Amino acid sequence: MKRFTPLNGLVAPMDRANVDTDMIIPKQFLKSIKRTGFGPFLFDELRYMDEGFADMDCSNRHRNMDFPLNFERYQGAEVLLARENFGCGSSREHAPWALEDYGFRAILAPSFADIFFNNCFKNALLPIVLDAAIIDQLFAEMEADEGYSLVVDLEAQQVRKPDGSSIDFEVDPFRRHCLLNGLDDIALTLEDAEHIKAFEGRWKSQSPWLFPAAT
Amino acid sequence: MARTLYDKLWDSHLVKQRDDGTALIYIDRQLVHEVTSPQAFEGLRLAGRKPWRVDANLATADHNVASLKSERDGGVAGILDEVSRIQVQTLDENCAEFGIQEFDISDVRQGIVHVIGPEQGATLPGMTVVCGDSHTATHGALGALAHGIGTSEVEHALATQCLIQKKMKNMLVEVNGQVNPGVTPKDVVLAIIGEIGTAGGNGYAIEFGGPVFRAMSVEGRMTVCNMAIEAGARVGLVAVDDKTTDYVKGRPFAPSGPQWDLAVEAWGDLHSDSGAVFDKVVQINADTIEPQVSWGNSPEMVTSIGGHIPAPEDFNDPVKRAAAERALEYMGLSAGMAITDIQLDCIFIGSCTNSRIEDLRAAAAVVKGKKVAASVSRALVVPGSGLVKAQAEREGLDRIFIEAGLEWREPSCSMCLAMNSDKLGDGEHCASTSNRNFEGRQGYGGRTHLVSPEMAAAAAIAGHFIDVRDVVNY
Repeated sequence: MKRFTPLNGLVAPMDRANVDTDMIIPKQFLKSIKRTGFGPFLFDELRYMDEGFADMDCSNRHRNMDFPLNFERYQGAEVLLARENFGCGSSREHAPWALEDYGFRAILAPSFADIFFNNCFKNALLPIVLDAAIIDQLFAEMEADEGYSLVVDLEAQQVRKPDGSSIDFEVDPFRRHCLLNGLDDIALTLEDAEHIKAFEGRWKSQSPWLFPAAT
Repeated sequence: MARTLYDKLWDSHLVKQRDDGTALIYIDRQLVHEVTSPQAFEGLRLAGRKPWRVDANLATADHNVASLKSERDGGVAGILDEVSRIQVQTLDENCAEFGIQEFDISDVRQGIVHVIGPEQGATLPGMTVVCGDSHTATHGALGALAHGIGTSEVEHALATQCLIQKKMKNMLVEVNGQVNPGVTPKDVVLAIIGEIGTAGGNGYAIEFGGPVFRAMSVEGRMTVCNMAIEAGARVGLVAVDDKTTDYVKGRPFAPSGPQWDLAVEAWGDLHSDSGAVFDKVVQINADTIEPQVSWGNSPEMVTSIGGHIPAPEDFNDPVKRAAAERALEYMGLSAGMAITDIQLDCIFIGSCTNSRIEDLRAAAAVVKGKKVAASVSRALVVPGSGLVKAQAEREGLDRIFIEAGLEWREPSCSMCLAMNSDKLGDGEHCASTSNRNFEGRQGYGGRTHLVSPEMAAAAAIAGHFIDVRDVVNY
């Protein structure tokens, strides 16, 4: 897994509650058998005026100029400022893949949907939960200040604002450790292979019907 | 100490509690489909890993599969959309390479993963079940700990037979009393989502308890648990009872003989102990639940059939007000309009929520001897599996639908998420028995209204929403 390195990134808004994963990456793009290349189709139905399809060239598509990610001032954004329950809906990991492929590295919101939240950590995309009042304030500051950037320091568990003030955030210690060190969690789990085998032996004798004779 | 059903399932699958608060949880069953697995298999190959236990996995293609018989008859090679075909072929190849059992698209046992798991007895009470699909909560209807995962976790479960988890909190949703005739499991779960909101279950495993769920059929419980994720909860659960064991008995993957007796004995403990403590309890009186219709672009935007489209000003919270404004704009509806005045272009009866035999029987009973309204341009019935389809045909349900003017299709996810060619047109309104009314979900610009099979069937005949209790004598 990729390491999460310190970030000082331009902030862009997604000012809408309950942004679902169909909105983040519509289903026609899930037909890909790859992990990459979803960035051009991020928020496809909001970003473009036409219907997108897999593998199309987006360079000549008509953009929706009312959609903030198309504003000149938000080009190159790496931090997404969002509203409550971001990432609700399906389990598609294509949603964090698309956000990451587009260039986002952190998402700040009052709350996230559970599966999306989990999936982000597998892709070095950091979801940060902050109080709704703080998020409101960040929206206001970002709108007032073109070029508004935030420092996201996972090591210190802090978001630092341009005025030098900082906001602490919580993150699960295991996930923080994996992100900071770029650890492959499958390899970590396999370090416990003996535990898994021992459990499996006990479980099999207790619930033999879960282990059909064919094995 | 008194434990909840979720606590018991968690405890029984705990491989290792780590100091950092995470835990390794053993996975008994993984269901695999074509959309969320290719990158996981690729990950195994790149790392030179093998599945930990191949027999714990069962695969089928469902999302990209055509529902039209003419296209289905060509098998995988006959899938017209090249990108879809490659994805289905990739699943076939991966299953062959790694030795995973698959029901391919020509197999009568193929169907929507969440229909075929219980149908085959491949998902059982007391199991942990995962799938790269958020509607995996469905299997909780059997008293299994089941939830959706992303592709990285699909790979993790394949490689290690475990997931790294943090324990969720416990929520009890208790529906008391008795539902009125004509009120279905779908109406019950939509009313629950309307009550607790689409984020209300975030961080929780929801157990559905109380007399309404005890009286409900196992298939009805599946409809309810299926939509736990629409309330934000990854896990939905119903305690095991005689209905559960009767449902499971005799299914191909279910235990038999002495193992059956052992299993049933163990399953007897799969309920919350009296006095078990839930972090949150929601109580709803069944009497208050009417047939439901969603009017917006989030499953929490529901009202009863006698209701009206709300005005954005009805919401005090500015975020909710903005959401309602956007929903009305997208849906092309105006505040104050009666739900029964919503005209429909399309009817979709299917999806992992409502494509089982009981759903099809219920819908058929409503349309029997009637005709789909001329204003409805398309009405699809898509059974959840080849076996559901065969059963329905034995009962003559296909003829009832066809004579009424509905199309009888082949098993697939179909228009629930429109990954095959079944799509809503821009601006079309659809009465859908599926689970999500997100923008564009059923097709670019499509407008979804979530309802029960009975309500979808009644709407097909009327051409607009109508209280099914006005058309059928319950």
